[in-house]
Amino acid sequence: MFRNVAELVELAVSQNKKISEIMIEQEVGVTGRSREEVLSFMDRNLKVMEEAVERGIKGVKSHSGLTGGDAVLLQKYIEKGNFLSGETILDAVSKAVATNEVNAAMGTICATPTAGSAGVVPGTLFAVKKKLNPTREQMVSFLFTAGAFGFVVANNASISGAAGGCQAEVGSAAGMAAAAIVEMAGGTPQQCAEAMAITLKNMLGLVCDPVAGLVEVPCVKRNAMGAANAMVAADMALAGVTSRIPCDEVIEAMYKIGQTMPTALRETAGGGLAATPTGRRLEAKIFGMPLKEK
Amino acid sequence: MKYRSVFDIIGPVMIGPSSSHTAGAARIGRVARSLFGREPKWANISLYGSFAKTYKGHGTDVAIVGGLLDFDTDDTRIINALDIANERGMKIQFIEEDAVPDHPNTARVIIGDHNGELELVGISIGGGKIEITELNGFVLKLSGNHPALLVVHNDRFGAIASVANTLAKYEINIGHMEVSRKEVGKMALMTIEVDENVDDQLLEELEQLPNILKVTKIVD
Repeated sequence: MFRNVAELVELAVSQNKKISEIMIEQEVGVTGRSREEVLSFMDRNLKVMEEAVERGIKGVKSHSGLTGGDAVLLQKYIEKGNFLSGETILDAVSKAVATNEVNAAMGTICATPTAGSAGVVPGTLFAVKKKLNPTREQMVSFLFTAGAFGFVVANNASISGAAGGCQAEVGSAAGMAAAAIVEMAGGTPQQCAEAMAITLKNMLGLVCDPVAGLVEVPCVKRNAMGAANAMVAADMALAGVTSRIPCDEVIEAMYKIGQTMPTALRETAGGGLAATPTGRRLEAKIFGMPLKEK
Repeated sequence: MKYRSVFDIIGPVMIGPSSSHTAGAARIGRVARSLFGREPKWANISLYGSFAKTYKGHGTDVAIVGGLLDFDTDDTRIINALDIANERGMKIQFIEEDAVPDHPNTARVIIGDHNGELELVGISIGGGKIEITELNGFVLKLSGNHPALLVVHNDRFGAIASVANTLAKYEINIGHMEVSRKEVGKMALMTIEVDENVDDQLLEELEQLPNILKVTKIVD
C-alpha cells in the first residue's frame, strides 16, 4: 500500500505503469474484489457524474435560492465564442459549477472527494474529454488517478472542511483533478505529482466559510476556480514546470495550516464570508432568523 | 490509515449537499438503525460542533433520520425523511449541544421503542466516511483500517468461542478483538476487526448463535 505521493510515483515508475493502474491493483488487493467489479463500480460513479453535469448545464435551482443557473450562463457564453480565457478551461468551470449546483439542490452526485468539492474532478474530466477524445476506459482511469492522489491526502492530511478548511476539500479535489488531467494527456507519473503540488500550493489557506452553513456560497464558485486552477497547473506540469516543494510536503503543509485554522473558519458559518453583513442577511432570510450566536 | 478504498475518495454516490454532514450523517443513522435491528419509535439526536451549528443548511437532520429509516446515502427519500418518519409515527427530537467534542462533526443518537433503546455516538470524518466511537456506553476503539463487526451479546460462557468458530469456518482471520461489558452476566459487546470482507450470510449465521443479540458490519 502506498503511503505518500513519493511511494505512489515510485511504484508507477518502477513497474512502468500508470498511477491509475497502481490504484486499481491496490483496490483489488485491499478489498478482495475482482478487477472487473472494481472497474464497473467506478464506471457507475462516472455515470452519476455525467448525469449530474447534464442536469446542471440544463439549469437547477437550490431550495434556498442562493445558487443555480450559473452553469447555463457559462455554457451560453462559451457558445457565443467571445471568451477571453479559453474554451476548455471555461467548459471545465461551467461543468464544475453544474455539478455543485445539482449538489446544492439536493440532487444525486458522486463525492470527489467530498460533496462540497464534487464539481472539480468531473468538471475537468468532461471538459478535457472534448479535447483528448478518451475511451470510456480512459475516463474511468482518470477517476482512479484522481482517487490515488486523494487517497494520500485523506490519509496524511484531511479531506474534511470542518477539520481542515476548504483547502482540504476543493484544494484536494483540484490537486486530484490536475494529476488526473496530466495522466490522461500523456504526462509522466512525476508530472502528475508536480501538477498536484502546484495546484494545492495555490489553494493553501483557503477557509471553509459557507453562508448560512449551506454548501452553496461560496462553494459553487470555489469549485469553478478549483477546476480552473487544476487546468492551468496541469498545463504547467506538462510544460515541464516543477514544484520546488515536493508534493508530500505541500500536503503536510496543508494539514498543518488546517490544524491552526480557527474554528470559525472551519465549516461553522462563524466567520469569513458567512459573517459578512450580506452573509448574515441571507442567513436570516433563509432561516427566518439568525442562527445562534457563534 | 483511515481510508482504505479508492471509493472512500471517489464516492459515495449520494444526495447532496454535504458528504460529511449529509452522507456521513445518514450513515451514522443507518448504523444505529442496523444495530437496533428494527425501526425505532422515537429518537433523541444530539448534535455537536459543526453539526450543531450548520445542520439545517446541510440537511444533517433529514439525513440522520433517513438513516434511521434505513435509507442509503443515495436514496432520494432522504429529502423527505422528516415527513416520512412523522407518517410512520417516529417521534424525533433534535438537541443542539454547546459542548466542544473531540471531533467537529459528532452526533449522539439515542433511539428506542417499548422493547428497548440504544445509544450511539458517531463522528463523520470526511468524504462520507464515519466512525462509531461509543455504543451503549461502551467506548469503541476501531482503527477503521479493516472491516469490523460489532456483536452485541449476552455475557455468557461460550458466546465468544461460538463467534470465533463461525468466523474460522468461513476462513476469516481476526486481526483485533475487544470484549467489553458493563455488568457481569448482562449485555456485552465484541468489537472484531477482520482481514477479509464479510458477507451478509455470515452475519445472519452469527445472529442465529445462542446469546448473540445483534451483529453489524460497520466498515466496508
